[in-house]
Amino acid sequence: MPDITLDHISKTYNKNTLLALDDISFEVNKGELFGLIGPDGAGKTSLFRILTTLLLPDKGFATVNGFDVVKNYKSIRGIIGYMPGKFSLYQDLTVEENLKFFATVFKTTVEKNYDLIRDIYLQIEPFKKRRAGQLSGGMKQKLALCCALIHKPEVLFLDEPTTGVDAVSRREFWEMLKSLQKENITILVSTAYMDEATLCDRIGLIQSGKMLSVDTPENVLKAYPENLFAIKSKNVHKLLTDLRNFENTLQCYASGEYLHLSFKTENGNSQNEVVVFLKEKGHDEIEMKMCKPSIEDCFIRLLAS
Amino acid sequence: MRIMKFVLQKEFRQIFRDKTLLKMIFIMPIVQLLVLPMAANFTVKNINLSIVDHDHSSYSQKFISKIFSSGYFKLAGDNPSFLESYVLIENDKADIILEIPEGFERNLTRENGQKLFIAVNAINGVKALVGSGYLNSIIMDYNNDIRSQLLQPTTFNLMPTIEVVSSNWFNPNLTYYIFMVPGILVMLITLVGGNMTALNIVKEKEIGTIEQINVTPLKKYQFLLGKLIPFWIIGMIIFSIGLMIARFAYGIIPIGNIGLMYAFLAVYLFTILGFGLLISTYAETQQQAQSLAFFFLMIFNLMGGLFTPIDSMPEWAQWITRLIPISYFINVMRMVVLKGSAFSDIQYHLLIVFVMGIILNGWAVINYKKTS
Repeated sequence: MPDITLDHISKTYNKNTLLALDDISFEVNKGELFGLIGPDGAGKTSLFRILTTLLLPDKGFATVNGFDVVKNYKSIRGIIGYMPGKFSLYQDLTVEENLKFFATVFKTTVEKNYDLIRDIYLQIEPFKKRRAGQLSGGMKQKLALCCALIHKPEVLFLDEPTTGVDAVSRREFWEMLKSLQKENITILVSTAYMDEATLCDRIGLIQSGKMLSVDTPENVLKAYPENLFAIKSKNVHKLLTDLRNFENTLQCYASGEYLHLSFKTENGNSQNEVVVFLKEKGHDEIEMKMCKPSIEDCFIRLLAS
Repeated sequence: MRIMKFVLQKEFRQIFRDKTLLKMIFIMPIVQLLVLPMAANFTVKNINLSIVDHDHSSYSQKFISKIFSSGYFKLAGDNPSFLESYVLIENDKADIILEIPEGFERNLTRENGQKLFIAVNAINGVKALVGSGYLNSIIMDYNNDIRSQLLQPTTFNLMPTIEVVSSNWFNPNLTYYIFMVPGILVMLITLVGGNMTALNIVKEKEIGTIEQINVTPLKKYQFLLGKLIPFWIIGMIIFSIGLMIARFAYGIIPIGNIGLMYAFLAVYLFTILGFGLLISTYAETQQQAQSLAFFFLMIFNLMGGLFTPIDSMPEWAQWITRLIPISYFINVMRMVVLKGSAFSDIQYHLLIVFVMGIILNGWAVINYKKTS
């Protein structure tokens, strides 16, 4: 049974002039780790705010754990954990006081659900007398996660939890999410980092309020329609402009030290044609090879279609 | 109940950890109560008077020395001509010019009358008004002196005169701070109550903690009560400190019932906290809240009858003051402290402030929505 359902959800701001979410429908299953992937301003936070009952949708309807986000918002508030993108615990209260406070407003105690947060809390316990405002970024994230988990929620909403966190802490964070999944908690997480997508069970690619694709990361990768080539030469900048002017180029963009290139129509000779074209343009040390698309490539491909 | 206890505990912790806020709440009112009533004094002294004496007679000398012995005036210049004195007014060195014409003594004794010329610099209206008033009464007084000297004392006064002697009730010496201190205390309560509440709630909005609170099962009223109760208590404490200062620094002992004052304060705080709450629902940042609160509190303080009597305001302004809660409390404080008014005297004030409280709080609660 799906734990979160969205049915044609739309949301506009500024008196219907700014479309934030455009007819979004998808489902998240119980115990699933679902990633919402998209750049800044794609509508991820609006979607989270609707699901956490902080924002009313203009159209459509959504449920969390079987409860309607508009009609049964009170029931939802008791069973979800929400970690907003911005650190929003009390900076002038200590680690311990924050945890205790949130346990109390959820009508429970720290002791009751300590098992769930123990692994995370042990890492910040040495600082429990420290004020939350004086913690490092990674520590703050851990504390926020503890506070969101303290009432053993059915569904956990994490809005860009790893933004602004260093690479090591990010990996740790995702390991924590994986272990929480074992407790059968449904997790909806958003991120702008494409590389984190593969860590999710399923992902939804979102851009300008539209859902581009919802599938497992493997299927999203498999669904990449063309062959993708990595290409480089001595003058990468000129290479990019030249390739974009090439008549058979579908998409060409920078990715690391290489350019990624796909063709409109491909036959066995396409690769050679490009090389000939580039040599005519005066490029040398041309290196070209086929490569596997990443989630980022899939995302860019979906934007084009 | 357990939740309420925790919410309050959290609020008090936050207030007591904010050292700047603590200073603002407790030290500032004390300093203001000690400084403001002394400085904000309407008794005009040091009026700069420039004399142009064309007569140089013993009468004019006596007249001048009488003026300066009053203690209100300072000699700004003794000039032979009006034009030279006028320069002093232009340079803001003199407030009033008194010109004594030639033949002052002669005309007074022979022709039974003489005119004096007074020119007042009205740029500072209060000083001009009060200063010329003082000067006039000194001239009148001097006039009477001369009359009694020149006229033969008779058993009966030939000309009937009306002499007005007034006695000031409730504040016999018209001591300025006696009626300022209770008023300033009210102003401070209003500032702390209205401003701090608004800032405190908006702070939660600004740093985003309200998002986190809103997704919890914490009820709307629990959150708001948690915000209001601490400031209600703090208002009570400041008021008590203020009464203590009034007593020990100014010797003001309320004639009326102190319990009655606290009862009114309890209701007044409810109203003014509602005002703060309302502001917080309209402001998104602390800066906005501060500006909004400043705008209203400025009007409250200037129109609430603290510095200028409401009765002397134009009709439309008086109507506005009726919408200002502070004006009722200042009135009640002065009535209870100076006059010893009882409950029956202030019951309408109480009722009006209470109704205002209901309206402000109701409006704020409706406007404060958990879901947007």
